[in-house]
Amino acid sequence: MAAAILSAQVQEQTFDPGALQQVLVTADSGAVVTFTGHVRGGAGEAEVTCLELEYYPGMTERSLLEILEDAATRWPLLAAAVVHRVGRLAPGEPIVWVGVSAAHRGEAFAACDFIMDFLKTRAPFWKKEHGPAGASWVAARAGDDERAARWQSPADGAG
Amino acid sequence: MLRVLFFARVREQLGCDSLELPWSTGHATVEALLSSLQQRGPNWQAALGQPNLVVAVNQQIADSAARLQAGDEVAFFPPVTGG
Repeated sequence: MAAAILSAQVQEQTFDPGALQQVLVTADSGAVVTFTGHVRGGAGEAEVTCLELEYYPGMTERSLLEILEDAATRWPLLAAAVVHRVGRLAPGEPIVWVGVSAAHRGEAFAACDFIMDFLKTRAPFWKKEHGPAGASWVAARAGDDERAARWQSPADGAG
Repeated sequence: MLRVLFFARVREQLGCDSLELPWSTGHATVEALLSSLQQRGPNWQAALGQPNLVVAVNQQIADSAARLQAGDEVAFFPPVTGG
């Protein structure tokens, strides 16, 4: 089968998930799975008025592409793409989009899940939350590492 | 020369986002570079002494034993929190 079409983009401007999804559709793409992550607003003391995202230009794009390449070796994908925003974002705004197309839904769902798990634990992005009490860096969550660890064996992930 | 980059909380703690250092035998490994940088003051010692500090050499995750050569780009940052 032909190599999957892969694309990784880091940008400040917002995006339209519907428009992005179109690039995943081919004559053989029986399944298209997408995920869009949005900024949570929180409430009370945890209210977030603005989310600031920092990244490592060069390494971040390379890291995202490596995650997509890894996914494409684990599952027979037709296309896989990620768009991640940086800069200052308001609650409700889209922050990340992952889209995958494949012949069947099983591999498309699994690959999308895998890409998000690895993106959260491998790609160099850092979030800083701004709220009424000031600004603070978001701490990495053990739960994200545990989710990513599920994919250690390709056989486990593909099952 | 070595190009050294700092990101996120580490960058803020140091008040510094990048340094250019001459390569020397004292900077032959990530560990040696870290010890040398930590001599710069208490905030350097604290920020670069955090157990969860992540290191990348030439934009690939590395460990403290990684060897450094002139022209390398070394980055120090906290665990990532994207997505």
